[in-house]
This record gives sequence, C-alpha cells and structure tokens, in this order.
Amino acid sequence: MGRYVIRRLLQMIPVFFGTTLLIFLMVNVMGDPIAGLCGDRQCDPATAARLRSEFGLDKPVWQQYLTYMGNVFTGDFGTAFNGQKVTELMSTAFPITIRLTVVAIVFEVVIGITLGVVTGLRRGRPVDTTVLILTLVVIAIPTFVTGLLLQLLLGVKWGIIKPSVSADPTFDELLVPGLVLASVSLAYVTRLTRTSIAENARADYVRTAVAKGLPRRRVVVRHLLRNSLIPVVTFIGTDVGALMGGAIVTERIFNIHGVGYQLYQGILRQNSQTVVGFVTILVLVFLAANLIVDLLYAVLDPRIRYA
Amino acid sequence: MLLEVRDLHVEFHTREGVAKAVNGVNYSVAEGETLAVLGESGSGKSVTAQAIMGILDMPPGKIAGGEILFKDQDLLKLKPEERRRIRGQEMAMIFQDALSSLNPVLTVGQQLGEMFVVHRGMSRKDAKAKSVELMDRVRIPAAKERVNQYPHQFSGGMRQRIMIAMAMALEPSLIIADEPTTALDVTVQAQVMDLLAELQREYNMGLILITHDLGVVADVADKIAVMYAGRIVETAPVHEIYKAPAHPYTKGLLRSIPRLDQKGRELYAIKGLPPNLTRIPPGCAFNPRCPIARDVCRTDVPPLYEVDAGRRSACHFWKETLDAR
Repeated sequence: MGRYVIRRLLQMIPVFFGTTLLIFLMVNVMGDPIAGLCGDRQCDPATAARLRSEFGLDKPVWQQYLTYMGNVFTGDFGTAFNGQKVTELMSTAFPITIRLTVVAIVFEVVIGITLGVVTGLRRGRPVDTTVLILTLVVIAIPTFVTGLLLQLLLGVKWGIIKPSVSADPTFDELLVPGLVLASVSLAYVTRLTRTSIAENARADYVRTAVAKGLPRRRVVVRHLLRNSLIPVVTFIGTDVGALMGGAIVTERIFNIHGVGYQLYQGILRQNSQTVVGFVTILVLVFLAANLIVDLLYAVLDPRIRYA
Repeated sequence: MLLEVRDLHVEFHTREGVAKAVNGVNYSVAEGETLAVLGESGSGKSVTAQAIMGILDMPPGKIAGGEILFKDQDLLKLKPEERRRIRGQEMAMIFQDALSSLNPVLTVGQQLGEMFVVHRGMSRKDAKAKSVELMDRVRIPAAKERVNQYPHQFSGGMRQRIMIAMAMALEPSLIIADEPTTALDVTVQAQVMDLLAELQREYNMGLILITHDLGVVADVADKIAVMYAGRIVETAPVHEIYKAPAHPYTKGLLRSIPRLDQKGRELYAIKGLPPNLTRIPPGCAFNPRCPIARDVCRTDVPPLYEVDAGRRSACHFWKETLDAR
C-alpha cells in the first residue's frame, strides 16, 4: 500500500507540471493582460510598457513559467493587478467554496443514495418511475436555469431565502446554492446507486443473507449497500474536484465570493495571476481527490489490493 | 415427520406466459434422514427448496397452492417475521457456488458471527469466538488466523466448508444443500460430502440434498425423489432405485452415467430436451422423450402409482419398466 501511494504521488508530478503549463500558455494566448487593466480605454503606451516590465511580461513565456513556478513553491502565487496578493484572495475564497462543496456533497450522499436505494429496491414501481423521470429532468436542465429559477421563486417571490448570500456565508445560507450546485450530480448519484442496487439485489450473497434469516434492514444495509456503493463512492470522490472548480455558475447566481467567482472575475479582467494560481490549486485538489478515491476503493472492496 | 411438502405448486409469471416450475410436489424428510432430489436443470428441484426456505423471488415467483409442513405447522401460513426466525435457526441452506454466495466485502468471521449476533443476541466478541469454533468444527486449518480473512482468500473447498459451517451454526433441524459439490474439484467433492454427512449424523438433522450427480447420491442418501418438469416422477429408497428403476426417465438417467465396463462405447443420452415450462406437454410431461410412450401417455397425466412400500412411480407402465431390466 505504501509503495502504491508513493508511486501515485510521483505520477502526480508530471501531471501537475503539464496541466499548469497548459493553463499558463492558455492564459497567455487569451490576450494582452495590460489591455484589460485599463478597462475600455486605450492604454497609455508608456504606462503599458512600464507595467509589462514590472510584471515580467516582456520576457519569453517559458521564462515567465519558470519564474512563476519557482515562486509558487515558496508559497508566492503573485499579485493581482489591483495589488491584492493572490494568496489573500485564496484564503477568503477557498473556505467559502469548501463550505459550498460540503453542502453539495452532503446533498448528493444523503438524498442521492437514499433515492437510489429506494428506487433500486422497487424497480418498475411508481416511485421508481417518478424518481427516474425527475432525475432526467434535472440532468436535462442546465444549472443556471435551476439556479435562477430557485432564486426567483424562493428568494424573490416567496422570500424564504435571501436571493444572494452575505460576504462570508454560513452553512444555512448555502443550503439552496448547495442544492443547485449538487443537482445534476445528485441525479447521477441516484441513477448510479439505483442501477448498482438493482444489480446486486439479485446477487447470490444477498440470497444467502436472506436465507440466514437476517432482518431485511440488515440484508440491505450491511450486505447489499456496502457492495453497491463502490461505484458511487468513486463518482462522488471525483465529483469533489469538479464541484470545487465548477461552481462558477452557481457562485455567480447567488453572488458567493468563492473560487468560482474569483475565477470568473479573473478571466473577465484577464487577471492571469489569479486564474493561474486558482487553477493550480484546483489541479492539486483534483489529483488529491482522485488518489483518495483509489485508496478508498481498496478499503471498500478487499479484493482490490495495491502493491 | 420433520418436513412434509404437500401438493406444492409454484409458478413464475414471465412475459412469455406462466411458467409452471413446480406442479404438485409431495415429499417428506424425517429427522436424521437424507432425501436426495434428483433432476435436470429446470426440473423444479431448486425452486421447491427455495419455496421451503422462503427465499423465492416473489414476484415473479408465486406459490399457487399446497402446504409446507415443518414440525407440524404450515410455513405458508406464517407471517414474514415468523418465517425469518425459522430461517437460519431451524432450517438452513447451502448453495452451489460458495464464492458468489459469500459476501465479498465481509470477512468470513463477520459472516459466520452474524448468525449468533442476529439470532442469539451475542456480542461481537463472543460471536467471533464462536466463528473460530465453527471453522475448527469444519476442519479449516488455522481457524484463529483465517477468521479475519475474506472469502476470496480461501480455496473452493474451504469456502464450501465455510458455507457448511454457516448453515450448521445454530444447529438447525433441517439442512437443504443445493448442489453443494457441483462447483468443486472431484477430490474435494468427496471430502465436502463426507463432512456434510458426518455433521448431519452428529446433529441428527434432516437433509435435503439437491443434485444431478447420481454418484454422490448412492453414498449418502436414504431415499430419492426424481423430478421432471416440476413433478416427482419416482420416489424410492436409494438402493432399490439403482437396482430397478420404475420410471423410464430414472432409467435414462442411470444409463447415462459413464461406466468403466462400457468404455469405448457411445455414452447413452436421453434424447430431446426438457420441456418449456410455459408449455408443458399434455399427459405425461416426459412422453415426447420417452422410448416406451403410447397414446395414453399423451392424454392422461399419470398419478404416482404405489409400486412397493415407500416406492412410487408416475408412469402408466411402471410395471413393464420395472420388469424390463
């Protein structure tokens, strides 16, 4: 197991450098960052040149990348054009997004798995069909539609929630945004669990458990569920990474100043330091989440042993 | 009588129609007695067993009639919770493929101990000690260490021993073994069968042995019930059936065993295929494949004729069959 983890960590190194380099190049071909700095007006050429040399933008791209990476490893993610340290932005943005992700994951796990188990055990019955159609609807409607719709109804029309959250939102403020963020994944978790449960329910070991005279609850929870959750855990694990970075739409709708919001602002303002910095961290989150999923896999299924 | 199945009917409602898997089966098992149920795949032998255990998938399965008397109470009239208590405690089942029948993500100790935790309310620690004891009982070496291992870490024979240990755990009075040795190597088959027979004698349990292996039957069974298309076609004490079968189907089965003195000759096979259970032929279900079938066989369902004491045959021409050895 230890050797496996070390190998996986080593494999992360090229992936890490590859992705960050790609991001770096992409941001660079996005356009002139100085042009964006001056807003709609044309920049004064002298000021532009000064800024360029100040930020090191007159050097070749590979040199910029190396300098940047060198700084990253000392914990310096650079400075945004407005003078704010990128690490400062991160320290306010990430806690908020992590909270949002936690809410979303809890929704996925609790609602998704529950619905999946219920429908998986009652395949073809009215509950099953209803939930199946509902999940299809949720998957088919884009997040910004569900988000805006819920905001309009719950926030503006009925006043149950505030349409946008405060600067440092608490968990209960994030309930509705979290649900919106989770919605599509939740539908997938439901369907995945349902299929897995229905498949395993016919397995021989479930029949054995029934023949042993175990109560139905125990048969389902201890024998059926544990086996059925293996693919679901994999999905939810990889989804953590996706949710962290993919909350751009949700965070925009509810005005949550998290990672997605900062990324959106960074792209809009062509603020390359912010974009590259945040994406670098997200790459790390993704890699870590994937590793944890693979390790969890071995915990859930003893037949899998890594060496 | 420990168990008495009376006129049991089981149907499966499928898209192609109603499959009549069990059509009026009668058999009984006394304490300490071994009944071998013989038949091809689809003859209804496993379905009958599942109906007795109460683990039939319903739907699509449906018990359309009959009684299952266990210790003089009709199991089919009990509430689900009452039946659950009987399962595992009073009757237990051993399945064919131990690898798929054991839960891959739980240790064998957890799966064995569960019996004591659920039915006897034991603590986990005591249950584990019991598990080790059971594994010793079925002669699994180094039980103390292996109790924490998972099913895939055992060999096929050892896994089937664990299945047997699990069935024996609460010392039930009836064991149903559904082809317990089919998935095993021939050498291991004998060991597992011996173990099962030994434990049965020791605890004086009734045993229903479902098999299509006539070799296994001869050694351990007291009596035999041969099934075809959901019906019993012949029942007899074990030695008599080998000597002189009273049904052409039994005769065909016995003739299709490979024998050393027939070496080099073509192996006998009953021609044709078992009937589709949604369209069982009228009259005797075996008539399309029967070498001695006559007109009456195509119209009248043969009753179980009494051939001798404890011997019955569902053939209109049982006498001829018996004589024409």
